[in-house]
Amino acid sequence: MAKREKGKYAAPKRKFDKVYFKRYWQLYAFLVLPLLYLLIFKYFPMQYIIVAFKEFKLNMSVWKMPWAYYKTGPVLQTDALKYFKTAFGNVDFRRALVNTVRLNLLDLIAGFPAPIIFALILNELRFKKFKKVVQTIAYMPHFLSWVIIASLCTQLLATEDGFVNAIIAACGGNKINFLGNPVNWIITYVGAGVWQSFGWGSIIYLASIAGINTELYEAASVDGAGRFKKMWHITLPGIKPTIVVLLIMNLGYIMGGGFERPYAMKNNLVTEVANVISTFVYKVGLQDLKISLTTAVGLFQSVVGLFFLLTANAISRKLGERGIW
Amino acid sequence: MKVKSLSAKIGDWVFVFICVIISIICVLPMINLAAKSLSETHFLIRHEVYLWPKGFNFEAYATVLSDAKYQRAFIWTTILTVICTLVSLTMTSLCAFPLIFPALKGRGAINIFITITMFFNAGTIPNYLLMSDLHLLENPLVLIIPSCLSIYNMIIMRSFFYGIPDSLRESAEIDGASFAQVFLKIYLPLSKPVYASLALFYAVGRWNGYGDALMYIKTEKQWFPLQLLLYNVLNNQNSVEVAAQEGFMQPGLKDSLKSAIVMFSTVPILMIYPWLQRYFIAGVTMGAVKE
Repeated sequence: MAKREKGKYAAPKRKFDKVYFKRYWQLYAFLVLPLLYLLIFKYFPMQYIIVAFKEFKLNMSVWKMPWAYYKTGPVLQTDALKYFKTAFGNVDFRRALVNTVRLNLLDLIAGFPAPIIFALILNELRFKKFKKVVQTIAYMPHFLSWVIIASLCTQLLATEDGFVNAIIAACGGNKINFLGNPVNWIITYVGAGVWQSFGWGSIIYLASIAGINTELYEAASVDGAGRFKKMWHITLPGIKPTIVVLLIMNLGYIMGGGFERPYAMKNNLVTEVANVISTFVYKVGLQDLKISLTTAVGLFQSVVGLFFLLTANAISRKLGERGIW
Repeated sequence: MKVKSLSAKIGDWVFVFICVIISIICVLPMINLAAKSLSETHFLIRHEVYLWPKGFNFEAYATVLSDAKYQRAFIWTTILTVICTLVSLTMTSLCAFPLIFPALKGRGAINIFITITMFFNAGTIPNYLLMSDLHLLENPLVLIIPSCLSIYNMIIMRSFFYGIPDSLRESAEIDGASFAQVFLKIYLPLSKPVYASLALFYAVGRWNGYGDALMYIKTEKQWFPLQLLLYNVLNNQNSVEVAAQEGFMQPGLKDSLKSAIVMFSTVPILMIYPWLQRYFIAGVTMGAVKE
């Protein structure tokens, strides 16, 4: 009987579609612009990736450009991977690669625990108004642009007239060249990152803490657990899932790299440690116009980044947590 | 409430003290900057200004505010930020709303199409070549269109929409409301928190962003957003040219002037964000905790 019914309804299927579209066409109409946007600005650029394997010629369709070749005398030897080889033979690129990973790792080591610790501290505050003021102040750095943060660093950390060095001098210490010395610059860069993001990052942990059952704390109090015991045995386990997911996701971005922060914070004295892939691509690609080389570099970064992200997601899901999709 | 032991009370105050220190670290750089911007130059040269202005005056601000170049950049960036925010919110709504309907055919495929863009980026140069082919280089639209939809923000909005009970829209649908009406009459009025939050995210992103302008606009300097102008001024790019254009006598800027420019471009956001705190906290939490 069921089969017969199925057959019965199979025939007017087209009519059903008509009803469906009459009802749902508006939703598809809504989606047209966003999907068109993604197609043009996220998918279309992918066709230019092929430039990484070709010799870039101005005013020529990417499909017509010749495959990358080496020229020895009159002989042309085609090698589509030429620019990948060139990139890895390039000292500046290798340095940028190392710097990217180094800065991202240090960011993670210093920047990841900071919001957790801050959230735990905030959670211990008993005065609600005061807590709110502290939160508002701590969110402030997140709203500053990197141009401004870089400028704050140069003003505050200047060797001669910076506030920090004035304090160090007043305490009898030796003035520190925060921005001109490579190691100190790295510390400044990472420190500025922590300063900018610890407050903002704590929002998610505070929400997670708020979701912990308060009865647990009461029971622990009855058992005589002190502040730190509760922190260690209730709060931290309570927010562990959040910590794990965010840690894995952050590991996934280890090859990533924004442009605005390193570009604003770098200076000529520390290029050997400050030049990362994104700034390398900008300088060599858009200023020196080595288009094929930097497309290859970008492709390398995207593919490795994709690999890390997918791995991070897979691990996150294996552990029973939600991935980012 | 039980009576607290003395050690617990001391503990409370220790945490208060730690938070005071943290707050000071957060605001100190801004105070230092504000003090410099309000001081007279010769105190700055003698390195005497740290937290309190010396030779208090508004001269640096007067110079910045009366400078046509900064006025222009300020107004242009404000307009740009408003346009970007409105366009982005519209695009985000258009994308998020249809995806909450389980009955929408092709939803799975659309979701995959969208998600891929979160994981794979073609790269700086392919994007640049695209802008070039679309004739968007040196065009103010390049500051608006390419960044007009953030999938991450779309997910936040969608999560919020999921939180609105289906029964509300279903009863409206039974009454014969179209989807556009359902959106405008039910979802939009109920979604103020998420709109406030995303408006702030988009606005701050545009106000603070300079990377796209740096890459895509080189000669049409009138389209430089404030932050790019700031970057060029602070880093003394073409200092002689900048100084000449801006009517400053010496190449390189006085410290007080630099500080005033930075304050001038920061204060608008610093005046807005505390009022939206409730909303952006909800927004951030929404993006991470819920599906």
